[in-house]
Amino acid sequence: MSTIYILWLRQLKRYFRSRSRIIGSLGQPILFLLALGYGLNPVFARAGEGNYFQFLAPGVIGMSIIFTSIFSGIEIIWDRQFGFLKETLVAPVSRLNIMIGRTLGGATVATMQGIVVFLISMIAGFRPDNWAMIPFVVLIMLLIALLFTALGTAIASLLEDMQGFQLIMNFLVMPLFFLSGSLFPLQGVPKILINIARFDPLSYGVDALRALLINTTHYGLALDVLVLSLVTTFFLFLGSYFFSKIQI
Amino acid sequence: MKIIEVKNLTKKFDEFVAVSNISFSVEAGEIFAFLGPNGAGKSTTIKMLTTLLKPTSGKILVNGSDPEKEADAVRCSFGIVFQDPSLDDELTAYENMEFHGVLYKVPKKIRRERMEHLLKLVELWDRKDNLVKEFSGGMKRRLEIARGLLHHPKILFLDEPTLGLDPQTRNHIWNYIQDLNKAEGITIFLTTHYMEEAEKIAGRIAIIDQGKIIALGSPEELKSKTKTSTLEEAFLALTGDIIREEKADSASMMRQNRRMWQR
Repeated sequence: MSTIYILWLRQLKRYFRSRSRIIGSLGQPILFLLALGYGLNPVFARAGEGNYFQFLAPGVIGMSIIFTSIFSGIEIIWDRQFGFLKETLVAPVSRLNIMIGRTLGGATVATMQGIVVFLISMIAGFRPDNWAMIPFVVLIMLLIALLFTALGTAIASLLEDMQGFQLIMNFLVMPLFFLSGSLFPLQGVPKILINIARFDPLSYGVDALRALLINTTHYGLALDVLVLSLVTTFFLFLGSYFFSKIQI
Repeated sequence: MKIIEVKNLTKKFDEFVAVSNISFSVEAGEIFAFLGPNGAGKSTTIKMLTTLLKPTSGKILVNGSDPEKEADAVRCSFGIVFQDPSLDDELTAYENMEFHGVLYKVPKKIRRERMEHLLKLVELWDRKDNLVKEFSGGMKRRLEIARGLLHHPKILFLDEPTLGLDPQTRNHIWNYIQDLNKAEGITIFLTTHYMEEAEKIAGRIAIIDQGKIIALGSPEELKSKTKTSTLEEAFLALTGDIIREEKADSASMMRQNRRMWQR
């Protein structure tokens, strides 16, 4: 337990100490809320689809979580380059516990980031349908964060240095976000998009957030939670497996 | 009792043979030095002993367990000071120590006492609340050693621990390590490029070159075998005086390229 706690604490300390990272990672969601939320709201309304800003905010919350959590997972590459990874890998604690501590830390950070973006969207005019649902919203955020931190850990365990980082951003994180239905309703879009979104875990995450925040859902909340839980469990196992195989 | 046993150990990175069929053993409580030019295979051997790297072939027993199959048991038995940095730059000196102490399950009271004692030993107590990234190279090195000594394992691996430190600090640190060895019977496995250090503190010395052990014995034995008067001369007589830097670099480059995508 103390191992998991100290690794969790480390992730949090690192996060709060890098102010530039916090501010930098808030810039993007704000931009999306302003440019897309305010910009496309009138078009959306004219098409008879209602309030786009309300629709978009959960998607942007999902975006900030996936970016922060994959980034937290990927941090292993930094630790490897700066040598700190060795220190944890030779310690007399199981690698599973190291992986769990790190992942919980990364997921906590990403969830906090999600909450901050939620508050920002409130300032910008977002209103949830039902305040009583907020604790469940936070739980869903945590689930999304765990899922993608574990995925980031799995990927980072396979990479030797930062050269692969751009590749991951462009071919994994960006598609996961843009094709997830975070930005557009999945009803009525071409079939290929629907099918791609079906295999994107973030689709279910954002859908669950929408179900709880604005009472609209594509897959249904039960299916969302089921898929998220299963995929999270799978990635946690995958991440632990790859992490346990790291050689230096 | 043999605390480390190595038989016919080989490590290949693709075609490059980093460690070639070496065998040796270390007695419990002894100070054993591993000397060799750059790229001779010292660090690779230590990585295999400490579960960080899997051998290509051969057998290792560390405190009676196989690092490959019983990694957790082996990890409980040793501590290590790495050759290259392994601190968290975003944490303070004190937090780095604390992190290590918790990972190694040193009880809180003992942990706090030792942390103070060790940080004073390496003269970093006044700077304990500074972030490590503000430290100079020498300060980081000192912190690294203090951290490695925080828990008292059965075996302590020191991979060029005193590289880049001034003679005063080196002296302090070696005295402390010798005391630890005597008082608690901790086995010390060290590598260094400072021959006079090895001569002074090591009971037995293995000289490794191009992945092979070319000589093994006490400093006196090595000197009389080569008919030289200092260990440095013995070392040069055994390994020749060609500089090996180039080879080591291309080998680690190769390793890096190969391992970027696959494992």
